[in-house]
Amino acid sequence: MTDTRAIALTVNGSRHDIEVETRLTLADCLRHQIDLTGTHVGCEHGVCGACTVLVDGQAVRSCLMLAVQADGAIITTVEGLASEDGQLHPLQQAFHDNHGLQCGFCTPGVLMTLLEFLQHNSAPTEGEVRVALSGNLCRCTGYQGIVAAALDAAGRMRQEPDQINGPKKS
Amino acid sequence: MTDRLFEPRYGRLEDAALLTGKGRYVDDIHLPGMLEVAFVRSPHGHAHVRSIDTKAALALPGVLAVYTHADVVQALTSDHIPPDELVESFPTTTWPYILPEDEVCFVGEAVAAVVAENRYIAEDAAALVMVDYEPLPVVSNCREAAEPGSPTVHRHADGNIVSQFTIEYGDVDQAFSEAAHVFSFSLNQHRGGAHSIEGRGVVANYDANAHQLTIWASTQTAYKSRDAAVELFDMDESRVRVIVPDVGGGFGGKNTVFPEEVLTVMASRLLSRPVKWIEDRREHFLACIQERDQEWDVEVAVDAEARVQGIRGTMYHDQGAYTLLSLHVPHNSAIAVPGPYHVPNYSIEVLVTETNKVGTIPVRGAGYPEGNFTMERILDRIAQELGMDRAEVRRRNLIPGDAIPYQMPMNTREGTPMIYESGDFLHCYEMALEASGYADFEQRQKEALAEGRHIGIGVANMVKVTGRGPFESATVRVGRSGRVVVYTSAMAMGQGTKTTLAQICAEQLATEPDQITVVTVDTASSPIGIGAYGSRNTVNAGNSVHLAAIEVRKKAIRVAAHVFGVDEHDIEIIDGLARIKTDPTKSLTFKDIAKALSAAKGCPIPKDMPIGFEATVNFRPPDVTYCNATHVVEVEASPETGGVEILRYVVVNDSGVLINPTLVEGQLQGGIAHGIGNALYEWMGYDENAQPVITNLAEYLLPTSTTVPNIEIIHVETPSTLNPLGVKGAGEAGVIPVAGAVVSAVENALGPIGIWIGEAPIAPVRIIELIEESKASP
Repeated sequence: MTDTRAIALTVNGSRHDIEVETRLTLADCLRHQIDLTGTHVGCEHGVCGACTVLVDGQAVRSCLMLAVQADGAIITTVEGLASEDGQLHPLQQAFHDNHGLQCGFCTPGVLMTLLEFLQHNSAPTEGEVRVALSGNLCRCTGYQGIVAAALDAAGRMRQEPDQINGPKKS
Repeated sequence: MTDRLFEPRYGRLEDAALLTGKGRYVDDIHLPGMLEVAFVRSPHGHAHVRSIDTKAALALPGVLAVYTHADVVQALTSDHIPPDELVESFPTTTWPYILPEDEVCFVGEAVAAVVAENRYIAEDAAALVMVDYEPLPVVSNCREAAEPGSPTVHRHADGNIVSQFTIEYGDVDQAFSEAAHVFSFSLNQHRGGAHSIEGRGVVANYDANAHQLTIWASTQTAYKSRDAAVELFDMDESRVRVIVPDVGGGFGGKNTVFPEEVLTVMASRLLSRPVKWIEDRREHFLACIQERDQEWDVEVAVDAEARVQGIRGTMYHDQGAYTLLSLHVPHNSAIAVPGPYHVPNYSIEVLVTETNKVGTIPVRGAGYPEGNFTMERILDRIAQELGMDRAEVRRRNLIPGDAIPYQMPMNTREGTPMIYESGDFLHCYEMALEASGYADFEQRQKEALAEGRHIGIGVANMVKVTGRGPFESATVRVGRSGRVVVYTSAMAMGQGTKTTLAQICAEQLATEPDQITVVTVDTASSPIGIGAYGSRNTVNAGNSVHLAAIEVRKKAIRVAAHVFGVDEHDIEIIDGLARIKTDPTKSLTFKDIAKALSAAKGCPIPKDMPIGFEATVNFRPPDVTYCNATHVVEVEASPETGGVEILRYVVVNDSGVLINPTLVEGQLQGGIAHGIGNALYEWMGYDENAQPVITNLAEYLLPTSTTVPNIEIIHVETPSTLNPLGVKGAGEAGVIPVAGAVVSAVENALGPIGIWIGEAPIAPVRIIELIEESKASP
């Protein structure tokens, strides 16, 4: 009864030619088939935002998308943010410096949401950051550290504009 | 304490892995040949299970097993989750089943477990399990459950009252007979679920060759998991190992052993393959614990000066269909009412009643928020009735600083005297009023109203028991690598526990915290411990680490003094070295000392010195310690829409000595966000058939970035006298007074209309209803 398709995904610069069940979500595909477990699943109905990844540059809920729908897409996950030598992306560094995470489970989705947001709004107000984050649920922080980190990151990324799209991949 | 050698606001050691996707949460664990479990769950609040037909499910390719009650009876020593001491004295109908024999008592109760090659197949198969249910009468409300003639939650039970007790002291009836004023009212209080963003989850691997069971659990209570496995699988502790990986939040939802966990382990034990269960959000709504409902009828007696003379009343607590964890919530609520206030006479009767809903145990705050809400509503009612300022009523009733230590005329849950040993509630209160500009508020309110804006202010005070024992363990050990490792039973679920403990250890060993590795719960390296709940990690584990690190430091000094032939006072510990103070060229590295203390050849150590560069301490706090806080909140409320926006939030909090103020602020901010959810948003609704009407996060409103403001925090650090570090808990401090303060502020904002709010959470639609009721009966 299983129905499968061959698809190709480019994830964090690496191409993956894989056979997937047609009903497999993109989140499960990334986590369990490509073994990139940094993307988390918090609700499986598109509300919490923990599973947010970039698909062709857009922040999407990978729990609401099937892997087959991403065939041919370029995907960025949290694992694609830091440079290969381990240096944190300014957004990640800002989260560390502003206590922007506690348990860390919602964090990957928050980072990917903000990455897209800051690409389009490099000098946001606090209110704009809060609206941008309103689709990501966090139970630990009360959002204060996350908002501070986002504003801090925006400043850092304006200083280093080449970092906006994340580190270059070879 | 020695002087701080590093910045207290040390950056978290946990962050680098979690920010780069390298965290290891339970669902990130993948073992070769691993199977997954899905559960068949009751769609009825109460039903007789006539039969379960598993044939079609078993026939599905990829399905390995479908377990029902009969399998549990065969495989385990009991078909119940092992009860705690108190629950043991309750009728067995109240004990949660691992799988029920022939009766389901809440929607979501698991009746069968399906094990398959993956979760997708397991869920397909679960849908093929045919269960023949005969619906039975349902009890949905905790007050109705106590009425004679009510249907019973369990068909063979005599009634629904699990426990009935009274918390009382003084002579409350006399206080009422002599009072200048008596006011009475009722409250409906609701706290939803835990809703960590990571749900519950477990991976079990039974290795038949080694007869060894390894369990990775996203839990707050790994030692209970280990002990339950030992008991239910009849294996000794040497055969069972529980490891807690990164945990994506707890908040009480992971603070007990669940049927799903036992069944996942059972599947691994029976199939000799690794098995995983990861809770999805729907399951969290249906089958994880909640704190849910309390209904209160209270009366207060006051003198002519608005001083409380007595409080009496009745509280109904919704326990759910099973008692998973004693009576912590109702008991805490009943003893929490007086809090930081002087209440000379008191009597609350508590009826703990079962309903056909999932079981309730503590969610962050553990019954204290409800007790606090009751008291703050009482104080607001006094102010309203006597036409007094709400802040002045609180000032007159707070326990003054010179009365502390203050012995409450009642006992803790353990039966020991309740003593507020340190802190100054009134001082914190005045600081908070000052910082929030309370005195000017009336003027600002008038100005806002002139612009058509309804703003209001609310104030609430709290005291919370923290640091409950009996202990947590810590071993500080330096091996031949020279690396300092802390092994502890403290469970980490996002609080920054590893950073805090590394800081405490680093202080004694004069090294940077990032030079220390902290290994949180693994029962192989920390075989005894309790759990992460009740704001207790830093008090219990923190002091164990502190004392163990002091022992290790002493050992290093002694070895170095012996090697160099000098007095111990001549040795100092700095940067991972033990050296002669006056001649820093003469030094031993921790690596050298570890080698010497392993009794390696050619490394002389004093003959009477115990082997091993290590120390283990299980610190036992002599008593609980209390943190306290004042919260002041400003809101704007719309009489047209019922919408409430929080404009400003000021906190003065005393959690004793702070190891890392940034992490404490994070705890307070998160706790207050949770409290805002309890005040305005979070409602786990059931209908009269005990059918959940809310099963996803689009309907259940968690606080978001647009509904939680920045919190202004002022710390007061009154050291606890009950532990060497002087620390008190913080994890639950934030959540407790929020609903009381917010609801008071909403009332105040709508002051010209004049509403009374007797419930939490208060949704916009209810605010509009209350406004309409108020207009109808002026």
